[in-house]
Amino acid sequence: QIYKMAKNTNSTAFRRIDVDKYSEDNYKEDVDNETVTAGPSENEVMSLISQNKQLDALKYVLANSPLGNKNQAVRDAALTLALRVMLSFKTSQIEEAVKQLDYEQRDILMKYIYRGFEVPNEGSSAQLLVWHDKVFNHSGVGSIVRVLTDKKKV
Amino acid sequence: LKMTSVHKFGQAVPIQCHSWSAERRSLALSHNNNTVEVYDQVSGGWKLTDKLEQHDLRVNDIDWAPNTNRIVTCSADRNAYVWVKGPDGKWKHTLVLLRINRAATCVRWSPQENKFAVGSGARIISICYFDQENDWWIAKHIRKPIRSTITTVDWHPNNILLAAGSTDFKVFIFSTYIKEIEPKPSATEWGAKMPFANLMAEFSNSPTGGGWVHAVSFNSEGTRVAWVGHDSSIAVADAPSGMVMMKLKTSMLPLLTLTWIAPNKLLGAGHDCVPVLFHVDASGKVSVGSQLEELTVVESAASSSAMNMFRNKDRVGTELLDNRLYSTHQNQICSMRIYSGTKDGATAVSTSAGDGNLVIWDLQTLAAKFNDLKL
Repeated sequence: QIYKMAKNTNSTAFRRIDVDKYSEDNYKEDVDNETVTAGPSENEVMSLISQNKQLDALKYVLANSPLGNKNQAVRDAALTLALRVMLSFKTSQIEEAVKQLDYEQRDILMKYIYRGFEVPNEGSSAQLLVWHDKVFNHSGVGSIVRVLTDKKKV
Repeated sequence: LKMTSVHKFGQAVPIQCHSWSAERRSLALSHNNNTVEVYDQVSGGWKLTDKLEQHDLRVNDIDWAPNTNRIVTCSADRNAYVWVKGPDGKWKHTLVLLRINRAATCVRWSPQENKFAVGSGARIISICYFDQENDWWIAKHIRKPIRSTITTVDWHPNNILLAAGSTDFKVFIFSTYIKEIEPKPSATEWGAKMPFANLMAEFSNSPTGGGWVHAVSFNSEGTRVAWVGHDSSIAVADAPSGMVMMKLKTSMLPLLTLTWIAPNKLLGAGHDCVPVLFHVDASGKVSVGSQLEELTVVESAASSSAMNMFRNKDRVGTELLDNRLYSTHQNQICSMRIYSGTKDGATAVSTSAGDGNLVIWDLQTLAAKFNDLKL
């Protein structure tokens, strides 16, 4: 009798499987079936800024922020727009603008401020520090803690 | 009448957990190590009357049952011990096999003191009861759908339902009905069917935020459960209104412990080192109330502190930095217990913190200063 050897004895691919990935003990993230927004439209934002409606532009980017969207490109695009809006304000207008926001909007804004710090650009950080100060005066350390703990990243 | 009294127990080492005896004449606490110290109140202070030394690793929680006078302790060594005071006045221990392969994190006696619940890092809650026939404590496991460490547990007044908070950002309400030792429970607002380990309700901290759940508390009637999360939030779920959950995102640092002190009032404490009052209205909405201390900075008449700092640097060669916090506690409050009164109307609470102090807050005298504390 001739025993045929199994075909796959030549392959060593099995050595490259990450067995830890399949461990039952691993924490599985909740499958979130909530639909997330696709992010703010650039045209809308630029149009509002050009009409000197910075506060409306700000409310627009915050209302349409793609929180928790798994597509990194969408979130990066939204960040770019949010920063553009924040930097379009005159420093003296920032305090009043922050006063017009509610606590949910300020939490999202604080998340954008910290992401903005990560990508400094031509003195953007100086303006962001003013934003940070004004938002902090309203929302306190709690909003900063939520930048770190919230599951849905901006 | 004093608003607060500060109590020290030896060195300034964090008091991880503490629990009072029924008459509040004795106190069991742990200094972040593997022993539990029992102190008795004597005139002018505290006397160390016993050291409960059985655990191999850090004691994570202690609970002293007021009626049966038994102490249960649980530890990172994956064990729990039940301590009973013998006729000679010494505490005798009994090992409880929790059958877990990770640290035990929290423990609480049930209202009737015939069971206790132990949360653990093994993603299991062990419900332990005494089996007369074999003369030992039996642990039954609740596993599904817990996916991470249990950090806190609290009992419903019906001795069956248990609230548990976890590092998987969830709060669970489980049934712990054990047919061997208790009659079948009647329906509550949380549901009618209560087989052991049945999940009656589940609330998630993550869609609206995130952060580990640090503490849970049932109100005195068991109709509402409140919890605090590491996203600096506090939330209340109301069963009669259809399990509606209301969450408040605070502007403070995260709270680590909380308890109901009235049907519509919660007291929380944590990384800000001061207890904070919260109001809960009829619809379950939470709003922040007074902090139990005014943290006003008393500026010295002379220059600002920065100037003083450099002046001292120049003169003495070192910085004389004053690191004292303006609050009574100098470090985060990790444990809070009702000292007198009940969840329906507490008149005093005790807090233990990372500064090694235990502070008793007299809520009635504090109510004169902070009006919204008035019950």
